[in-house]
Amino acid sequence: MTTTASGVARDTTTVAVCAYDRLTPELGVAALVDGVQVAIFRLADGSVHAVQNLDPFSGASVMSRGITGDKAGEPTIASPIYKQVFSLLDGRCLATMDKEPAAGHEGRLTVHRVCVEDGQVRIALAEPAGP
Amino acid sequence: MAQTKQIVVVGGGMVAHRFTEAMRARDTEGRFAVTVLAEEPRAPYDRVALTSYFTGRKPEELALGDPSLWEDPLVTLERDAKAVSVDRAARTVTDAHGRTYPYDHLVMATGSYAWSPPVKGSDLPGVFVYRTIDDVAALRGYVQQRRRDLGRTVRGAVIGGGLLGLEAAGALQELGATSTVVQFADRLMNLQVDEGGGQALSRLIENTGVKVRCNTATEEIRADKHGHVGSLKFAEQGEQLVDVVVFATGVRPRDELGRDMGLPLGERGGIVVDDTCLTEDPAISAIGEVACIQGSCIGLIAPGNTMAEIAVDRLLGGVSTFPGADTAAKLKLLGVDVASFGDAFATTPGALELTYADPVAGVYKKLVVSDDARTLLGGILVGDASAYASLRPLVGSEVGGDPAGWLLPEGAIERPNVELPDEAGVCSCNNVSAGAIRGAVTEHGCTDLAGVKACTKAGTSCGSCLPLVKKIMGTELEKAGIEVSNALCEHFAMSRAQLFSAVQVSELRTFSEIIERFGTGRGCDLCKPAIGSILATLYNEHVLAADRAALQDTNDRVMANMQKDGTYSVVPRVPGGEILPEHLILIGQIAQDYGLYTKITGGQRIDMFGARLEQLPSIWKRLVDAGMESGHAYGKSLRTVKSCVGSDWCRYGVQDSVGMAIALELRYRGLRSPHKFKLGVSGCARECAEARGKDVGVIATDKGWNVYVGGNGGFTPKHAQLLVEDVDDATLFKVIDRYLMLYVRTADRLQRTAPWQEDYEGGLDAIRSVIVDDSLGICADLDAHMARHINSYEDEWAAVLNDPERLKQFTAFVNAPEQPDPTLAYVEQRGQRRPATASERSDGSVLIAPATLEVRS
Ligand code: SRM
Ligand SMILES: Cc1cc2nc3c(=O)[nH]c(=O)nc-3n(C[C@H](O)[C@H](O)[C@H](O)COP(=O)(O)OP(=O)(O)OC[C@H]3O[C@@H](n4cnc5c(N)ncnc54)[C@H](O)[C@@H]3O)c2cc1C
Ligand code: SF4
Ligand code: FES
Repeated sequence: MTTTASGVARDTTTVAVCAYDRLTPELGVAALVDGVQVAIFRLADGSVHAVQNLDPFSGASVMSRGITGDKAGEPTIASPIYKQVFSLLDGRCLATMDKEPAAGHEGRLTVHRVCVEDGQVRIALAEPAGP
Repeated sequence: MAQTKQIVVVGGGMVAHRFTEAMRARDTEGRFAVTVLAEEPRAPYDRVALTSYFTGRKPEELALGDPSLWEDPLVTLERDAKAVSVDRAARTVTDAHGRTYPYDHLVMATGSYAWSPPVKGSDLPGVFVYRTIDDVAALRGYVQQRRRDLGRTVRGAVIGGGLLGLEAAGALQELGATSTVVQFADRLMNLQVDEGGGQALSRLIENTGVKVRCNTATEEIRADKHGHVGSLKFAEQGEQLVDVVVFATGVRPRDELGRDMGLPLGERGGIVVDDTCLTEDPAISAIGEVACIQGSCIGLIAPGNTMAEIAVDRLLGGVSTFPGADTAAKLKLLGVDVASFGDAFATTPGALELTYADPVAGVYKKLVVSDDARTLLGGILVGDASAYASLRPLVGSEVGGDPAGWLLPEGAIERPNVELPDEAGVCSCNNVSAGAIRGAVTEHGCTDLAGVKACTKAGTSCGSCLPLVKKIMGTELEKAGIEVSNALCEHFAMSRAQLFSAVQVSELRTFSEIIERFGTGRGCDLCKPAIGSILATLYNEHVLAADRAALQDTNDRVMANMQKDGTYSVVPRVPGGEILPEHLILIGQIAQDYGLYTKITGGQRIDMFGARLEQLPSIWKRLVDAGMESGHAYGKSLRTVKSCVGSDWCRYGVQDSVGMAIALELRYRGLRSPHKFKLGVSGCARECAEARGKDVGVIATDKGWNVYVGGNGGFTPKHAQLLVEDVDDATLFKVIDRYLMLYVRTADRLQRTAPWQEDYEGGLDAIRSVIVDDSLGICADLDAHMARHINSYEDEWAAVLNDPERLKQFTAFVNAPEQPDPTLAYVEQRGQRRPATASERSDGSVLIAPATLEVRS
């Protein structure tokens, strides 16, 4: 089996982080889930996405403060530090801006599973991509 | 098809190369085969760049042109094949190995040899000339060997203070030897520069560490006790110890074969040719330095190349003739610019000389113009030859405007803007006209400098014409509408300026409407902030209003500058750099309370670093309550207005620069723009506020203010250019209002004023006519827009503090609002904290983790 780019969701129970209405369209927020920082985005089309908050290129936990957008139709998030662009669907880096990830980091984002139940946004942490 | 004819070229130098290259390029039917007999053991190389051998360029890197030329089936290169005799009757050449080469046409391109005067001792080991790669290789080997043997710095001397002598002096320095230039004439480069230029040149050369002795004749080179060069004995003033001597006393044509063949020679040597480069024998041409054309041999590459082209043209049935030599030269000798062109010594009857000398800066400039001061005849530039590329092609045409514009330092007064005629020569090395460069763009489809160079050869030799080539190319590309795409990003095909007017005209106010109407997709980190900025400029609404927050770039998004660890810096405005003691105390108090790192910025204010997202509102509350406001250190907007102390305190100040700086800062604060912009105000011409390094610089005069625009620090520093002179306060505000408004409306995304002003069609003159003479009739609109901005200004931070919705964005975690980012870690340094490095994190030297920091709110 190939590990999908989004990482395999650990089939544990999901954790509620906030009300869906608390999210402003296209404006990310960070959440702490079991000590792991997650960046959560509600897009203009209503969909919700969650990725690691850690920016692998700078090592700072800032992805929630990046700009959302699309690249050829694929929803994306750009790092607020060095502007690398990542897919919100599978976390792969779509524009490295000619930089290497920081030491010890892989140049992609882990995608966490999100669902909205009873108006609550719930996160299921994925195994982090890579070792 | 006729049988292939055989051409033999004697000499494998620069001009032989050009001849062969031109022949192969133009003889498309293969009428001629070319055999080049070269005495040197290598293919033709760039002799002009010989000195770069000392800065590490290898002989192979000096090779000329595309090496595949020598693989051409119609070309044969015989290295190490010195021609020793020619049989004109049998039409054969014989080389030193006894091989003979029959020819239908013979081309003599034997160049020159370095001549040295018959000084006693000139045959000692340690005496060199400077002409070939072998010469410079031997010089280098000798200097290195002597340094090892002597165990000290090698003392060098160059005899001859002309162009070559200075090159050789530079080479000696490059080799780590000292050097003294011994010049017989009363000044350096006496053939190119006049007395004033010579003086400036001596000073500049001496500043580089080379000693200069003019009016000095060398009588003898004396040996040391081991028989090496040991000292120079001068005709009058004694002796000087030296270990190595280079003769750079001129060149003489290598015309010995011509003499043997019985061809007529010039008075001072050289094989005499007519304007078509033919000798008396129609089967023999001579080109390059060995040719005596129009009465003299010319020691420069450009006329040599011209002769090569003419010889080829004639062989192929053309009718070109030698137009006379352009002896213009621009050189960088020991880092010093020297240029001389046209009638540099003002020998034309009635010629006027305009000179400018700045002995402190080491600049000497002279223009020679016709008696009515309109036509440029020639000139000399020493120390600053930046105008050379533009001036040289103008020789013989009108200088336009005030010729003094070319003499004064760049920007002192406007340089006349003149479009070069097509026939003006731009690259003298390769004889390329302005028209040819235009043609490369319009006819051959070249779209970049590399393409134009390959197509025309312009700029491929000495390179001094490159700035001009680039400019002509740029103008032509623009005219042809072939511009690099200026689309903002994949979502918008328009440039920022086009989008600005689209948004303005359509009066759309939300990103979603704008992208739906003018773009595609959902946007990205390029177009979103650009539109955020355009909306802010047009309506001056809060950057975090409605759907705006999601458009803003990193810093605007939370109105603070993000640092490498994801924390922020806080910079309150300090207008003009003037600050109340209680504000200083407050900043210190806040920094202490929050454990922030403090530093004075380059913009005359104070930065506090290391504030976390959730701390920003409480920090700003304290600042706003005490009457401070956002400094927009994060925005693409006005940053600071730097001031000097001015007439209030300074004994030289002629105007109140601090008062003016504050007025300007309060006027333009918060104005969103394509990039940040900065102003500066100096109280007198001493310019302590470095105003001319700013986007807008204001300098006090006895009568009012001079306003300069388009300055820049950063990566490509630029001095601001004079916009208006001696104006009063009201006029000053008016022109700056309009300048800034025109900029914010028409500049590209992330384009500072300096490149904008340069790219603006017609440059500063055009901008001036728009904002001073209202040539487009838009001034009333610009004024109204600026008035709207000034009247609707509100402090962004104060506004957020009053808005609970927007304050929600300043939470650390949506499910743990007060919990600090657990990954932050700091160490102490010089009494303050800074982010820990990765290794400090792993070896446990982290002293301060955020959870232990006091959080006050
Ligand atoms: C803080 C400060 C350095 C300091 O400690 O002194 C600084 C800090 C930064 N500068 Fe600067 N610049 C600072 C004065 C300058 C100056 C000096 C001046 O203003 O007199 C210059 C040269 C003058 C000029 O702009 O022409 C300067 C030219 C730049 C540039 C180059 C701009 C250019 O046109 O090439 C950048 C890069 C950019 O903007 O794209 C830059 C970018 C930056 C950024 C924004 C880099 C970044 O994206 O993080 C830094 C933000 C740090 C922060 O969080 O505050 N900074 N920067 C100075 C803040 C001044 C202030 O009070 O607002
Ligand atoms: C250090 C230095 C810097 C210079 N800087 C500049 C500058 O900035 N601007 C400028 O315009 N000019 C400059 N020059 C001058 C320029 O290099 C010459 O004008 C140019 O090289 C002349 O080309 P040419 O082919 O006529 O002669 P050369 O390049 O000298 O070539 C002649 C060749 O013929 C060979 N030869 C001679 N006799 C025979 C024979 N019997 N058989 C076979 N081969 C023979 C020689 O060995 C030599 O290789 C500089 C020269 C030097 C040395
Ligand atoms: S010069 Fe570079 S390192 Fe220093 S503040 Fe400016 S951007 Fe940062
Ligand atoms: S003038 Fe020397 S390369 Fe053009």
